[in-house]
Amino acid sequence: MTSNTATASEIKTKKRSARPSAFKLLARNQLALMGAVILALVVLIVLITPILPLPDPDVTNPAQRLLPPFSDGHLLGTDHLGRDLLSRLLWGTRVSLAVGISASLVAALFGSTIGIVSGYFGGRTDNIMMRGIDMLMAFPYILLALAIVAALGPGLMNALYAIAVVNIPFFARNIRGVTVGIAHREFVDAAKLSGKGHIRILLTEILPNVMPVIVITISTTVGWMILETAGLSFLGLGAQPPQADLGSMLGEGRKLITTAQHLSAIPGAMIFILVMSINLLGDGIRDVLDPRLKSGALARPAPLTKIDRSDQGTSNQIADETVLAVDDLRTEFVLGDDTYKAVGGVSFDVGKNECVGLVGESGSGKSVTALSLLGLVASPPGTIVGGRVMFDGKDVYDMTENQVRDIRGGKAAYVFQDPLSTLHPLFSIGDQLVEAIRAHNAVSYRDAWAKAVKLLGMVRIPNPESRANNYPHQLSGGMRQRVGIAMALANEPRLIIADEPTTALDVTVQAQILKLMNDLRTDHGTSVLFITHDFGVVSEICDRVAVMYAGRIVEMGTTEQVLKHPAHPYTKRLIDCVPRLGEPDRRTSAIPGLPPAVNNLPAGCAFADRCDRAEEKCRVGSIAFDDLGDGHGVRCIKPMEGANV
Amino acid sequence: MHVYILRRLILMVPVLLGLTVIVFLIMSMIPGDPALAILGSYATPDNVAKLRADLGLDKTMVEQYWIWLTNMLQGDFGRSYSLNRPVLDEILERFGATLILAGTSLVLCTIFGLLTGVVSAVRQYGWADKALTFAVLIGISVPSFWLGLLLMMFFAVELRWLPVSGMYAIYGGGDLPDLIRHLILPSITLAVVATGIIARLTRSNMLEVLRQDFIRTARAKGLDENRVIYRHAFKAALVNVIPVIGVQAGFVLGGAVYIETVFQWPGIGRMLVNAISTRDILLVQGGVVLVAGSYVLFNLFADVIQHLLDPRVKA
Repeated sequence: MTSNTATASEIKTKKRSARPSAFKLLARNQLALMGAVILALVVLIVLITPILPLPDPDVTNPAQRLLPPFSDGHLLGTDHLGRDLLSRLLWGTRVSLAVGISASLVAALFGSTIGIVSGYFGGRTDNIMMRGIDMLMAFPYILLALAIVAALGPGLMNALYAIAVVNIPFFARNIRGVTVGIAHREFVDAAKLSGKGHIRILLTEILPNVMPVIVITISTTVGWMILETAGLSFLGLGAQPPQADLGSMLGEGRKLITTAQHLSAIPGAMIFILVMSINLLGDGIRDVLDPRLKSGALARPAPLTKIDRSDQGTSNQIADETVLAVDDLRTEFVLGDDTYKAVGGVSFDVGKNECVGLVGESGSGKSVTALSLLGLVASPPGTIVGGRVMFDGKDVYDMTENQVRDIRGGKAAYVFQDPLSTLHPLFSIGDQLVEAIRAHNAVSYRDAWAKAVKLLGMVRIPNPESRANNYPHQLSGGMRQRVGIAMALANEPRLIIADEPTTALDVTVQAQILKLMNDLRTDHGTSVLFITHDFGVVSEICDRVAVMYAGRIVEMGTTEQVLKHPAHPYTKRLIDCVPRLGEPDRRTSAIPGLPPAVNNLPAGCAFADRCDRAEEKCRVGSIAFDDLGDGHGVRCIKPMEGANV
Repeated sequence: MHVYILRRLILMVPVLLGLTVIVFLIMSMIPGDPALAILGSYATPDNVAKLRADLGLDKTMVEQYWIWLTNMLQGDFGRSYSLNRPVLDEILERFGATLILAGTSLVLCTIFGLLTGVVSAVRQYGWADKALTFAVLIGISVPSFWLGLLLMMFFAVELRWLPVSGMYAIYGGGDLPDLIRHLILPSITLAVVATGIIARLTRSNMLEVLRQDFIRTARAKGLDENRVIYRHAFKAALVNVIPVIGVQAGFVLGGAVYIETVFQWPGIGRMLVNAISTRDILLVQGGVVLVAGSYVLFNLFADVIQHLLDPRVKA
């Protein structure tokens, strides 16, 4: 019983540490924590200021004018009227904080109301309100506040209103954006159908959902508002004597800047500390709520995947004709406390002028395998932790960055899946081809351009001369993929690594692209590694095929062997998913269940849970990759009958 | 291209009109009767009524706005009672000084903001990034009017390297080197906040762009890393940062109010503060319209540059 509870709590802690809570993240962010502590301290002190044994901030004492800091009885000295500066500072901070926070709340109230109403009702209401907000934003920030103060007359309350008004647009726009997103969600529709009035829906359904955004916007703008109200007071347009806030103290101190610098230095420092601590905390809150920071996905990918190998493959002999030999490649992603074994020991090779297909579902690790070959996996978070990739007889992972760069786009080139996102949107396709050419050949721009045009003609783009000046968004999907292929061909590579090059295209274009790739392969003697999830595509272009599941190759053989006599139950099910012409009654049901998460792979066969042939022994140890003869191999204890025919 | 600029210029008209409406509405919030204020509390009702008619105060708001607007379009911004000269003459004279200051600051914050952001992104989580990120945080938290005072105290009063205030030396000077010496402290002070904002945005945009597929493509082509970062990534990030630089023009023009006051710069910001203190409403009105209008132009300029860089932005 006790041991049971222990495991349960262990699991619980483990789960929590995998995805840290917002509060923990905030606490982990030392700067945000520092900001929170400083802010809490300042707020605490100004809250207890009335009961602190301080002199009255407004009592003048001409005999004690302009005492420097650390004078007897006046820790921070006195001002030009002999008033105690510490007392004035704390009372002034009270005023500044109160005004800043009030301005935020006023701006939040009006801005959020406009935003919610505008986003909820949409249409003309939205249009008119947002045009008004745009008008307010057409003013330089402080200028509008000045105009309002000019009209209302100087004074602290008027400064507060002015600053609140100029901040309304921030709230209105943010809140409107969020409201638009939820205004047509099911729960709002349900509330409407249940006969609730608009006002009740706004208050009970919409408001609670946009509240977090309002709080974030307040936390990121309150610092500004304190700063700006202090600014207006500094200019003499806010707090009027004898009332003092930090800004007006600074404004008074400025007049004595050459004789008593502490009078301007101290209140200014206080504004700075306040605003800085609020900004630190606000940034921390924003970071915590930004999900991308949790996953570390905002990290800058290095030019070359991090390589930290525990082994360098099995050092098997490589045949002479082999262009690419992958040997026990392992690539992992570390996200938080989890390690995802995206590629868990993959071995295959690609011979000269051969086309090898790498097939699997999304998440099977096929793309990561492809990217790992030349160190293009984003790291962080990716790391190559073992194995080797031999290209032309040399281990890529032993090479320097420069050597790898030489191969990239030179002897081995990539064609990626979605050419709209993989081509640079702001350079003409001609320029992008020229770059690819000039990265590996010392030729003039003019010569490279001529070659680029030739390449575009080679991939059968009509009017290549004028098309070269086009930008990617001006081309169709099929055209763009042709450009991607042209770019890969730029330096007559020995190997093309095509990562789902036809997936984003419609079927007719797909067929054209496949034909183009096949023709090019025959004409140039290029080897191709073709990554896809589509067995139909495999049958058209590949000589051999490797099937991946959960980061490992589960079956490999010639296309005919694998397609006609699949040995692995998974391969069989995958092939069954492809509809066939003239066989309308054939079962094309999807494979039930999902592939296992690669951060938590089960023992034994990763497919066992979805396999109807699975037995007890499928779930223990590790399953070996068995040779069935004739280059056909499978990672299965109970291969399909008739596989090794 | 010309079509795009023309379209944008036409679209500017309603914005400028809206701007004048807002200024007019704000100014009509002024409590009390201007006629009574001018004549004093001993004025007879007849005299007040007569002056109201003279000033056009008996007309409807719409009529009053129309008269004000058409007068302004003909260059008549009214007469400043505190300076006893036409508002237009005064604001144009002052605006030149503000443009010099704000323009210099805008150039500074653009250069240093972009530079800081790019270095920060490239050295993400390295010591340079941490130091710069912290410096940026200080930059956007520090009150510019206080920073101006500190810089003035240190570089002008203590070290006597630079002039304390003003735009030109009182005796001699008046030439370009003199102007530059006077410009250094205020323009740097004014640029600090905007630099921080641009730097932050550049950093996050660079990081965002560096994760894009087309950067992987650039690397897969075998481009060297400098080219990947400074040509491919920077250009894509810049397109997103430019509109924000346009917005910074507004922060700089507005912030000039503080900096001109601190450094006694004879610009329009200081004029506005004085005009507010002396309740010279016509001067405030004219100044606000002029500065806000030029901000709209600045944004147009930023849009045009973005359009030049990004072929995807529709004309």
